[in-house]
Amino acid sequence: MSVSVRIPTILRTYTNGSAEVGGEGATLREVLQKLDADFPGIGARILDETGKIRRFVNVYVGEEDVRFADNLDTPTPSGVQISIIPAVAGG
Amino acid sequence: MSLPPLVEPAAELTVDEVRRYSRHLIIPDVGMAGQKRLKNAKVLCVGAGGLGSPALLYLAAAGVGTLGVIDFDVVDESNLQRQVIHGQSDVGRPKAESAAASVREINPLIDVVAHNEILTTENVMEIFARYDLIVDGTDNFATRYMVNDAAVLLGKPYVWGSIYRFDGQASVFWAEHGPCYRCLYPEPPPPGMVPSCAEGGVLGVLCASIGSIQVNEAIKLLTGIGEPLVGRLMIYDALEMNYRSVKVRKDPECVLCGKNPTVTELLEDYEAFCGAVSAEAAEAVSGSTITATELKSWQDAGENIYVVDVREPNEYEIVSIPGAVLIPKGEFLNGSALEKLPQDKKIVLHCKSGVRSAECLAIVKNAGFSDAVHVGGGVLSWIKTIDPSLPTY
Repeated sequence: MSVSVRIPTILRTYTNGSAEVGGEGATLREVLQKLDADFPGIGARILDETGKIRRFVNVYVGEEDVRFADNLDTPTPSGVQISIIPAVAGG
Repeated sequence: MSLPPLVEPAAELTVDEVRRYSRHLIIPDVGMAGQKRLKNAKVLCVGAGGLGSPALLYLAAAGVGTLGVIDFDVVDESNLQRQVIHGQSDVGRPKAESAAASVREINPLIDVVAHNEILTTENVMEIFARYDLIVDGTDNFATRYMVNDAAVLLGKPYVWGSIYRFDGQASVFWAEHGPCYRCLYPEPPPPGMVPSCAEGGVLGVLCASIGSIQVNEAIKLLTGIGEPLVGRLMIYDALEMNYRSVKVRKDPECVLCGKNPTVTELLEDYEAFCGAVSAEAAEAVSGSTITATELKSWQDAGENIYVVDVREPNEYEIVSIPGAVLIPKGEFLNGSALEKLPQDKKIVLHCKSGVRSAECLAIVKNAGFSDAVHVGGGVLSWIKTIDPSLPTY
């Protein structure tokens, strides 16, 4: 399944500055695994040591926050946009 | 989902007010009734910084009858790139006072209240209680969680915005009608994981993009028009020039506004909740922090040291400590920095103010460089004590 992944500014150091990268996988877990294989280190910024999504990072499949869907098992249908939105506090 | 107006209309508008607000009055959705509601409204802006500047200017111009501003800081020259409510002659002046003066100049028909103090768990409830709506323009997680908790406990809506470099986010949190900030971000990031604008920078005009969304939402809530940004998060990317919105759900498990809340009053210490530095870093720096003066004397004495600047390349370009080698913090986080460090020299780390170098020091010490140290206060301290001719940022 081919999807697109939106990368927030603070993680673009991992994607050579790209704001959006292609992804593959039937579930969010697979997409994030592939993402970390393509851009080593980015996975650890999204997932904690136990493999769960960090509490200050929200991941959306389409418009839906996966915390209110099936978390990492949320299906990622072909063509869907995945957004990674970390908390920022600047003002 | 539309919501009823937050504020009852004032009895009347004066002739001066009708003249001033005529472009609002001829919009059918606003009209006399909407403008009278704005006149009766009491809005508090927390922070007169990047977001607070445009927010206050437009809230004032729009005719919000009572406008409060709370800020403990003073205007610094490095603020003027984006904090457009302050001017050159305000440098050194308390931000709350400077902002209040600008508000009075823009609209003498409204009341402005300058709270020249720091918002704390001691005063937040009492101050918030005097207002109908809160606009959050603060710059750190600790204050943001405190603002959220106080707003939820008092049943007040608050309009939230946040910025970093070219990215902005905005939403309206109102537990009675939707999610709160803790529903969106249940926990703050550990210190060091998410850089602040002081560390990472921010495009000045981004403040206007997000601050104007906040005012837009405040006016809608006060007058009861349109679709409020409750339960949605606006995400703005200035480089790509697009706005997207995603859903924010009310979390039934939210510790504050969920079904079985465990947080029923303010936390005792929001700084501790968010952590100034991580526990690892706090341990690493204990007994391993030197001053800029010590570093200078080590350099002058020809000590066998290796000075590493862990900031970003563009910060290094602005100003750096002579002899320091640049290895950005990211390379410590992914481990690649370690092979660049000589085994036969004492490692001295520094950053801008000492937070990032503390995080890196924990990593370096863990890797076996047990005599490594970091410079408390970073390059800013170096400039202050060793070479005030250098530019600060």
